Amino acid sequence: MKAEIFKIDWPVVFAIVIPLPCDAPVSGAAPYMTIQRRDLFLGVSHLTLAALLGAEFALPAEAQAGAETPSKGGTVRIAVDEPTLLTSAFITTMNIGMVSSKILEGLVAYDLNLKPIPALARSWDVAADGLTVTFHLRSGVSWHDGAPFSAADVKFSLLEVWKKLHPFGRAVFANVTAVDTPDADTVVVHLSAPALYLFNYINTYGAQILPRHIYEGTDILKNPANVAPIGTGPFVFKEWVRGSHIQLERNARYWQENQPYLDGVIFRFIPDPSARTAALENNEIDVALGSLIPVSNLKRFADKSKYQINTDDGRFLASIFLAQFNVRRPYLQDRRLRQALLSAIDRNALARLVWQGYAKPAMGPVPSSVSQYHSTSLETYPFDLKKAEALLDEVGFTRGADGIRLKLTLDSGSASSLEETRAAEFIKQAWSRVGIALELRTLDTAGFLNRVFTENDYDVMISSLHALPDPTLGVQRLYWTKNIIKGAPWTNGSGYSNPELDQVMQEAAAEADPAKRKALIQTWQEIAQRDLPILDLVELTWTTVSTARYHKVTSQGDGLFAGLQDAYLLPQS
Amino acid sequence: MTRAALPRVVLRRVVRTLPVLLGIATLNFIILHLAPGDVVDVLAGESGASTPEYMAALRHEFGLDLPLYEQFLRYLTNLLQLHFGFSYRQNQPVLNLFIDRLPATLLLMLTAMALAIVIGTLLGMIAARRPHSWLDHGVSVLVLISYAVPSFWFGLMAIVVFSVHLHWLPSGGMVTIGANLSGPALLLDLTRHLVLPASTLAIFYLAVYARLVRGTLLQLHGAEFIRAARAKGAGEWRVAINHALRNVLAPLATMAGFQLASLLSGAVLVESVFSWPGLGRLAFDAILARDFNLLLGVLFISSVLVTLLNMGTDALCVLLDPRMERLA
Repeated sequence: MKAEIFKIDWPVVFAIVIPLPCDAPVSGAAPYMTIQRRDLFLGVSHLTLAALLGAEFALPAEAQAGAETPSKGGTVRIAVDEPTLLTSAFITTMNIGMVSSKILEGLVAYDLNLKPIPALARSWDVAADGLTVTFHLRSGVSWHDGAPFSAADVKFSLLEVWKKLHPFGRAVFANVTAVDTPDADTVVVHLSAPALYLFNYINTYGAQILPRHIYEGTDILKNPANVAPIGTGPFVFKEWVRGSHIQLERNARYWQENQPYLDGVIFRFIPDPSARTAALENNEIDVALGSLIPVSNLKRFADKSKYQINTDDGRFLASIFLAQFNVRRPYLQDRRLRQALLSAIDRNALARLVWQGYAKPAMGPVPSSVSQYHSTSLETYPFDLKKAEALLDEVGFTRGADGIRLKLTLDSGSASSLEETRAAEFIKQAWSRVGIALELRTLDTAGFLNRVFTENDYDVMISSLHALPDPTLGVQRLYWTKNIIKGAPWTNGSGYSNPELDQVMQEAAAEADPAKRKALIQTWQEIAQRDLPILDLVELTWTTVSTARYHKVTSQGDGLFAGLQDAYLLPQS
Repeated sequence: MTRAALPRVVLRRVVRTLPVLLGIATLNFIILHLAPGDVVDVLAGESGASTPEYMAALRHEFGLDLPLYEQFLRYLTNLLQLHFGFSYRQNQPVLNLFIDRLPATLLLMLTAMALAIVIGTLLGMIAARRPHSWLDHGVSVLVLISYAVPSFWFGLMAIVVFSVHLHWLPSGGMVTIGANLSGPALLLDLTRHLVLPASTLAIFYLAVYARLVRGTLLQLHGAEFIRAARAKGAGEWRVAINHALRNVLAPLATMAGFQLASLLSGAVLVESVFSWPGLGRLAFDAILARDFNLLLGVLFISSVLVTLLNMGTDALCVLLDPRMERLA
């Protein structure tokens, strides 16, 4: 059994990004000054945020009118980072998912509470012993090439694609022993042990259904349909001009009657964050998905009569910004040192200053959006410099003549977001106050992965990872002894190994009773939060910034990967 | 005599070029393999997670598990057969990816170059008319600024002013996507998208031409043929254009050939700012992704193009200035 956590493929941000003139000036030379300056803007950003939250419940009158009768027609223009493929069935790259989800579908989607809602599966039931799961599929659904969709497609995708090739699917479907298709609309999945977590990962991002008649008997990873997909979704693939855009057209035979409302979708690739901001302001795009607008630019879209900022679309990912220790280093092995270093970081200030409120402090390995399992009774190590210093003295790291207790390196990948770069500077400042001198090192993605997961040549690294709706899927991998795999990215890179925790995590994975499972996950969180090989610092919010014309009837917790059949554009005013 | 010499010059250049290309290919290969990590690391990193077995299988499939010299021999053999390989990350043959992007790059590059030469030459001529006058100093300052300020900053400012505030021009892209234009409408649309990125690039490059033209013209200041032209009553502009400017052509052509080469790959930042689907970004993304097949292919084909451009420049110089033949 394996569970995985993985890297957010943040937009590739150039090392040199010049803010637009209205931005607060950002000086690389004096990061701390910058942060203090940002303090001045706090009042404003809080007001803005409150206003935004209010906006959810009190939409402007015209938007409400629109919500009742979606207008038809129009093509929505969405900014994304250029994907490398258009099929998510065997790869978890986010920008692939954000595009492919409009073309190919999954069994379910997720609501704002991350509960499954029907997509290609109408309904489902689980046998009392948890060993059989039955999905009832929609009938009368056809693929874009006209072939009928049936249970055989689901069976093929599960056994040949997700279970064999998908980095997460291998874990999610590891217990699947057989799949029966008694009729064209029914899929019966047989399990060797209960796997409740399965229901948390079967949307179009986690388990995308591929057409069997296109893929069977071919090399699935190299099938031409991977870059020109044939799906069942609301939009049909039309063209992909590399380096420029992807164009989709309305699927006139979509199974949901009268949908989709839009005539088409255009995905535009705008690599520069400031240029994306300008394109949205200049009405050249309608939507910027997946936090493509840097938080420092979000205040330019605060005018509710013109723009909306959705902060719910990425709930499903439950992304956390964290710092991970290389516990192989002799000087990093004492957990009291790690506890002290967590106390030395003011996580409230970090979320407020660096992410300007579009994030909240993390209080444990399972983020609060995973409400089913998130624990509120953990030791949180609140910000306390005195306590941190006392603890460091206790461990034996006393201040030298120069005031320094210990020199460490902090690694980050250059492909990470602007915010991560600033967070590294924040941590450097914070730890210097308790006598820990940090040297910041940045490598590009390949170099960073190599250093952390192959060479294990680092002290501390920072990154943003998806915890996903189920800890067995998203969190276990970071702590599990069996997942210390040299050379494989996003495994247990800290080298932390605790047989007691291993046992708890394995039991939690195989537990069929939800209450018992919850108790096990509670114990798990307590151990992880005591030993702290990883400091969970900030729960990230994914923003979708759009013009006020853009609407979507239902809000989804996996909105980044929504099919957009219920999205529409109000007529240009 | 002049024209007859041309084929010989070209042939000599071709022969001289082959070892250079081989050297470039070798250097490219060595330097790229000094970078930590490979494309499999990146693919696995992007896919979220991967087993070591799967990664080993990928490395085997891509030939990355072979000893380096064997990879190099393979690469050279393919190159000699004009096989540029396959980009595993983009799922496309390298040559296709290159050809897809080449027209956009050429269009941007040639337009920018033409703008830079025309405006740069004009500025140089204006400055040279009255050396050390306020006009000359004004042009010098302008040129210095245009050379010193990073071009992506000019680009962003141009977007802010002309797209966001004035709404005159689109902020990026090459054509209006989904508009399905054709004929003159398409041409107009393309031009509208081209104005900002081409001007941004041109601003940087025109500085060199302005300096070059000014310097060369000033050297000719007391030359006898200029005095002769004045003596026969030619106006100042006529002297400048008909008599003096001819002498600038050869250095201008040399410089242009030189800069075209740097433009081919050097427009990464401008391409990024204006989301222009050109070669610079293709190469840049390939570096980040350790997509060495793609990168080696782009670098090699680019170096062939640069070599051809240099040969073209030399030939042009011989045509422009027969005296060059002896040097060639």
